[in-house]
Amino acid sequence: MAPPRHRDRGFSRRIQYGLFIGYVAAGIGVIVGIGLVLIARFDPVAFQGIRGLALDMTTPFSTVTRPIVRGGGSLAGDIGDYFNAASENRRLRDELAEAHRGLIEARVLAFENARLKRTLRLVGDQARPILAARIVGSDLTGPRRFATLAAGRADGIATGQPVRAADGLVGRIAEVGSHASRIVLLTDGGSAVPLRVVRTGEPAIGEGRGEGTLEIHSTIVGGPGFRRGDLLVTSGVGGVYPPDVPVAVVTTTSGEIATALPLAAPARLDFALVLPQAPVPPPVAPPAGRKH
Amino acid sequence: MAITQSGQFGRPSPLRLQALPVASTLLGSCLTLLPFVSTAPILPPFGLLMALAWRLLRPEMWGAWIALPLGLADDLITGSAPGTSMTLWTITFLGLDLVDARPMWRDYLLDWWIACGAILFCALGQWAFGAFVAGGGGALWPMIPPTILALLFFPPVARLCALLDRWRLAK
Repeated sequence: MAPPRHRDRGFSRRIQYGLFIGYVAAGIGVIVGIGLVLIARFDPVAFQGIRGLALDMTTPFSTVTRPIVRGGGSLAGDIGDYFNAASENRRLRDELAEAHRGLIEARVLAFENARLKRTLRLVGDQARPILAARIVGSDLTGPRRFATLAAGRADGIATGQPVRAADGLVGRIAEVGSHASRIVLLTDGGSAVPLRVVRTGEPAIGEGRGEGTLEIHSTIVGGPGFRRGDLLVTSGVGGVYPPDVPVAVVTTTSGEIATALPLAAPARLDFALVLPQAPVPPPVAPPAGRKH
Repeated sequence: MAITQSGQFGRPSPLRLQALPVASTLLGSCLTLLPFVSTAPILPPFGLLMALAWRLLRPEMWGAWIALPLGLADDLITGSAPGTSMTLWTITFLGLDLVDARPMWRDYLLDWWIACGAILFCALGQWAFGAFVAGGGGALWPMIPPTILALLFFPPVARLCALLDRWRLAK
């Protein structure tokens, strides 16, 4: 096949000019596009309106097909459960017995805790959720990790609010449409959460890696370090995320850095709770008396 | 659908001629809205594949500027930073015009190679832009499986485009 000869279209001036203007438009468009990316980098809420509108328009597509896909997924699980019923039953019975013992212990602790809190007159500042909404989909291509929530500005959602599921923290709201919003998952490359190791109380930062795990860095030098199986909860430092929400479990460690798996597995997320944004402390005033 | 039917002289309606390629590309972008929630990218960028397939099948149909609105729509649908696909797709289309200007014999295998180059460029560019906008970014390797899938998915998508094209031009 000969190469396509569509770019030389004879001697018609009109067609030649049209072709030329097309190239000029494409060139300008590339520059505008790079400008848009720069704006998105330095002013993340710049295109809130149009992105929210696009989100509202595309979410129904996911909402309608979601039950079908979930049904298909759980059917396969049901068949597997049928074959493993006996061993599963035995295992669950053992687990139940152990959980009973744990529950009794926890009740004692809860009582103790309530008593101590009363003594200290601590206000129980567990954030009350704004609402519970359905997670309808996520961005399946591309390097960013977003999920779509079927609730938006009309329901009181605003950018920056943390989102949790029953199992643990999911992420925070990145964009809001009027009836849908986009969540940045914890595992997104742009997400960082201040954490605390439950076992040692050591502060840490959990950064997303874009591939399903979190990278955990300790924020103190020479701390006790991480161990496999360590539970990580939010520390509440710096506002945004409320304290003591379970986040992840450490799976591997290498030196000062650990890898952790989020507790709220996004693939099985159904409903999520949107929490009010924890107040961010005002910036520290610059030291006085250093005027030049 | 009287509006998409052939006219008096057996010519397909202009709406069908013009809108079908654009609509099918947009639909390709919309495939990312399938309601799975995943922790890593799993689907190839079908919008890009459709656009490339149409561009390579019918070089005279679109100017390079068509990638601007199509890319912007893809950005808005997939939720990546506005301007990402817009820029990358337009650069790709301009590059394809440069390739077309070289006098060499073209066949479908060569088209596939050209599409491979375009897909790799767009995947790398999307990762780089994503990392830049997120202010750090994640690992590159999660992008590898969907990109390989995209390379393998190009021939079937090109086939689909050819089918649609036959219907588009049918009397």
